[in-house]
Amino acid sequence: MADTAAIDAAPIAAALPAARDDKALHRLIFVGIAVLLIVAPLVLYPVYLMKVLCFALFALAFNLLLGYGGLLSFGHAAYFGMASYLCAYTAKQLGFTPELAILAGTATAALLGLIFGSLAIRRQGIYFSMITLALAQMAFFFSLQAKFTGGEDGIQAVPRGSLFGVISLADDRAMYAVVCVIFMAGMLLIYRIIHSPFGQVLKAIRDNEPRAISLGYRASQYKLAVFVLSATLAGLAGSTKAIVFQLASLTDVHWSMSGEVVLMTLVGGMGTVFGPIVGALVIVTMETYLAQFGAWVTIIQGCVFVLCVLLFREGVVGLIARVIRKPL
Amino acid sequence: MARDVILATDGLTMEFRGFRAVNGVALQVERGTIHALIGPNGAGKTTCFNLLTKFLIPTAGTIRYKDRDITGLKAADVARLGLVRSFQISAVFPHLTVMENVRIALQRRRRGDSFDFWRAEKVLRALNGEALALVEAVGLTEFADVLAVELSYGRKRALEIATTLALDPEMLLLDEPMAGMGHEDVERTAQLIRRVSKDRTILMVEHNLSVVASLSDRITVLARGQVLAEGDYATVSKDPRVVEAYIGAGHA
Repeated sequence: MADTAAIDAAPIAAALPAARDDKALHRLIFVGIAVLLIVAPLVLYPVYLMKVLCFALFALAFNLLLGYGGLLSFGHAAYFGMASYLCAYTAKQLGFTPELAILAGTATAALLGLIFGSLAIRRQGIYFSMITLALAQMAFFFSLQAKFTGGEDGIQAVPRGSLFGVISLADDRAMYAVVCVIFMAGMLLIYRIIHSPFGQVLKAIRDNEPRAISLGYRASQYKLAVFVLSATLAGLAGSTKAIVFQLASLTDVHWSMSGEVVLMTLVGGMGTVFGPIVGALVIVTMETYLAQFGAWVTIIQGCVFVLCVLLFREGVVGLIARVIRKPL
Repeated sequence: MARDVILATDGLTMEFRGFRAVNGVALQVERGTIHALIGPNGAGKTTCFNLLTKFLIPTAGTIRYKDRDITGLKAADVARLGLVRSFQISAVFPHLTVMENVRIALQRRRRGDSFDFWRAEKVLRALNGEALALVEAVGLTEFADVLAVELSYGRKRALEIATTLALDPEMLLLDEPMAGMGHEDVERTAQLIRRVSKDRTILMVEHNLSVVASLSDRITVLARGQVLAEGDYATVSKDPRVVEAYIGAGHA
């Protein structure tokens, strides 16, 4: 927990004047990402890319809560993992088509977010984080004990099925296209949330909660709303991952998954629009391509994290944003 | 003559682990007046203030605003009734621009709640004109697109006033509006307060006694959590108990 101090002290990276040409720049980056997504499978392994995209969406959802709501959840694995279980279960046992299974998983995360969120937002700062962690640990214990999750084995051999019962996703290229669409939709939705009347109130509450209250905003309702949105989108990411890898396991509800998403967000740059994507790319790439080093991956990750906190607390994208003096 | 009281407290008490910061305060603020709350350090002014704005829950006593018992209401809901407070330390939203700071208040007043996360920010542009007019009224036009964090102290306070005025509150509670200000800023802020006090009721906590003397219609002096004296400046300043409380507490 020593790193919360670093999080509090880190300047919010989007601290540059917003203007209309910033939006034009963001639009350009969105187009760039779309082009990259189309070109990437020509050079890179689609399964690796899909993993990056699932985690990037997870990190984006987490950043919505941390970077724009100012709330540090240490239990986001619960929404990611439980959604993944429900998605896998409905696809395998109930024969749901993939889009319905993903929807079921996402809805589960939303409901869980509503319950956990309404308990956690009653407390502030470190206590909020601890409550989210404790609740997530309960979700982990439930996953370990419940019958339908398959305990240590998880739910394996989840059928990818056919999208709308028509388009088979067995082929990685078809699956990749679906993941790209989900990722882009999720990313654009989060961007819209940040730049909505709701997002404006959210930023005000993050900046100065007592003042926002004194203007007549019921801050806790806004916090709960962003908590549920974040949990829902984390669930969308977890569900998608379950279909892609045809697996839901304890790894996805484990507290270390909650830690990993914090890591991704901070490495990329919290409170930046694009930071979490870069963070997820860095972390997933390290895990994938450094896998030969075995347990050393964790140590390398730890070093990267320490270096990040020491050298560029705003994260990779936050640093770039500061250099070019534009919010990213 | 019946007094037209807008805000009244009865037996207002706040206890912190056995220490009574505010002890049975009965306060009556008349509509349309500037009412000052003064007293030596530790008299309970700020605690009293936080009780009135619901940032603290009183241990005992009642608060009535416009003949309605507001003792049990939440802070945000009191603000919605038109009873709006300012803060001792300048309360701005540092990572919003000056215009956005004012607009966030207008947004609440004009649209109520904003849970519409699916709508583009563009819908708020309709409020820009009104926000800029308020920004101009406090002389910050050239800083409209600057982030609030970059403003000087005096300008932050001006921005805070513009934000508060955007709510068009019926009653304002100002917590030491002159705190930390230079002589020139004090004069300008005093004029601003006088200007906005038209059609409004103001209750302020203030240390600067010359400001209190020139601005307020009525003064309540607190000491050790209790009302020591009440009246206009001439009456209060001659009261031997008031003089003693100030000098006794080390304020010459």
